[in-house]
Amino acid sequence: MTEEEIKAEIILDHYRNPRNYGKLENATSAITEYNPICGDTVHMQILFEGNAVRDAKFIGRGCSISQASASMITEMIKGKTVDEVMAMKKDDFLSVVGFNLGPAREKCALLSFNAVEKLVKGYKK
Amino acid sequence: MINPERIKKDFPIFSNNPDLCYLDSAATTQKPRQVVDAIENYYYSCNSNVHRGIYKISEDATNRFESSRENISKFIGSRDPRQVVFTRNTTESLNLLAYTLGKSLHAGDEILLSTMEHHSNMIPWQFLREKGVIVKYADITPEGTLDLHDLTGKMTKKTKIVSLTHVSNVLGCINPVNEIAKIAHDNSSLFVVDGAQSVPHMPIDVERMNCDFLAFSGHKMLGPAGIGGLYGRFDLLDNLPPFMGGGEMILNVSLDGATWNETPLKFEAGTPNIEGAIGLSAAVDYLRKLGMDNVRNHEKELIGYTMKRASEVEDLIFYGPRNPEMHGGVFTFNIGDVPAFDLERDLSERSVSISSNGIHPHDTATIMDRDDIAIRSGHHCAMPLMTRLGVSATSRASFYVYNSKEDVDRFFAAINDVKVAFAK
Repeated sequence: MTEEEIKAEIILDHYRNPRNYGKLENATSAITEYNPICGDTVHMQILFEGNAVRDAKFIGRGCSISQASASMITEMIKGKTVDEVMAMKKDDFLSVVGFNLGPAREKCALLSFNAVEKLVKGYKK
Repeated sequence: MINPERIKKDFPIFSNNPDLCYLDSAATTQKPRQVVDAIENYYYSCNSNVHRGIYKISEDATNRFESSRENISKFIGSRDPRQVVFTRNTTESLNLLAYTLGKSLHAGDEILLSTMEHHSNMIPWQFLREKGVIVKYADITPEGTLDLHDLTGKMTKKTKIVSLTHVSNVLGCINPVNEIAKIAHDNSSLFVVDGAQSVPHMPIDVERMNCDFLAFSGHKMLGPAGIGGLYGRFDLLDNLPPFMGGGEMILNVSLDGATWNETPLKFEAGTPNIEGAIGLSAAVDYLRKLGMDNVRNHEKELIGYTMKRASEVEDLIFYGPRNPEMHGGVFTFNIGDVPAFDLERDLSERSVSISSNGIHPHDTATIMDRDDIAIRSGHHCAMPLMTRLGVSATSRASFYVYNSKEDVDRFFAAINDVKVAFAK
């Protein structure tokens, strides 16, 4: 298996069996991000506690990249401090999600990243 | 008869990309050598500004520009070249109309469109809501055609304009424009036709259609981008106010005002897209040589074959009328159900998986691209229609003169690849 194939498999796995999918009953913040180009939607919910992301869940509809990356980002941010999440870089996230996504599909991957970024910034205020 | 293999030889893109299966001509078409040559010839032999030069090459450029107008006018069945205004594309043609026709509309006047319209035949008219104009929409039937019953039901004495697409860029349905022209005129409404998806694909005769205006784009009919046309009945065009102001569109200018140039030049402010008009005229020559009846019959055969094969594929949902006689060369589909996102509903269905049972159009297009098949995925600039169909997006394959049954076969092989890639 090439590295590309492994990443494709990981995406498909997250797409078929999304982690942290559903309603987060005690969420402190939530946001819906939408990509008008294709209708990809991610509704991200976070439970903040002090300076930490205690829990995160999402629901959404869209292509494999948009939904798998949402699933991945919930795993990445759970248990992290708000500052750690804020320090996450777009390019680092993209390199975790995918191989050569191309500009059109990068937008799909960044939907959940943007959602998390907005929630964290909003909480920090 | 259309011979796609022979036609392909006129399109260098296919020799430069030997494996390319191009199924996105409803978005833009490829360009034959003849069109590119005509543009090059203009640049290298008589490039100059039109209409005002006193010197020889400017007269030559003006002649080529105006004879292009005449050629394009004839191609759509207009008897007078003054009835063709050069624009950038269908979108600009429709904006021109909404702006100029809108000037004489009043609060309470109505414009009747349909839910299947491209955004370019919606937004310009929606702008007029600012002055109290009411925009209404005729619905579609369950078969994916225009609901004529609903259309006539929504027509009132206040309906000043009926503006409809001739062929839907999503459903592929061919709307009965001759019949609608009569219905509109019996109601004293103007009838505007969005011909972006019909002028390139079938014989068009504006006189027989009896429309008042027809908008079309050059780049969707083998011509260059940035050139399009607006046909208008001469008396109607002549009575419209100008659209954009600037050079070319004026006769006399003083510090206090101006008088307008004659029709159609009064709608063509600024230096026009001269090479674009010449290129589009060459495209029209190319299509005329093939014969527009042949073009339509070729696409009818391809869409008929496509729908027949599609009905044999499990989970393949496709849209628009099943009768190829009523269906242009546009095949819009989904693999499985791809419903729109609904926050309330989706939050309450906690166990529902994101992938539902469908494959998202973006994923379909990405996998097909690996097989060198170019299709479109998304909302196709028809968001209200996506909502009406209850989907978040669709995929679309569309045909033209260089496509063959082999392309359709490759497409279905790729459909299978997509299903395998996303098999659970």
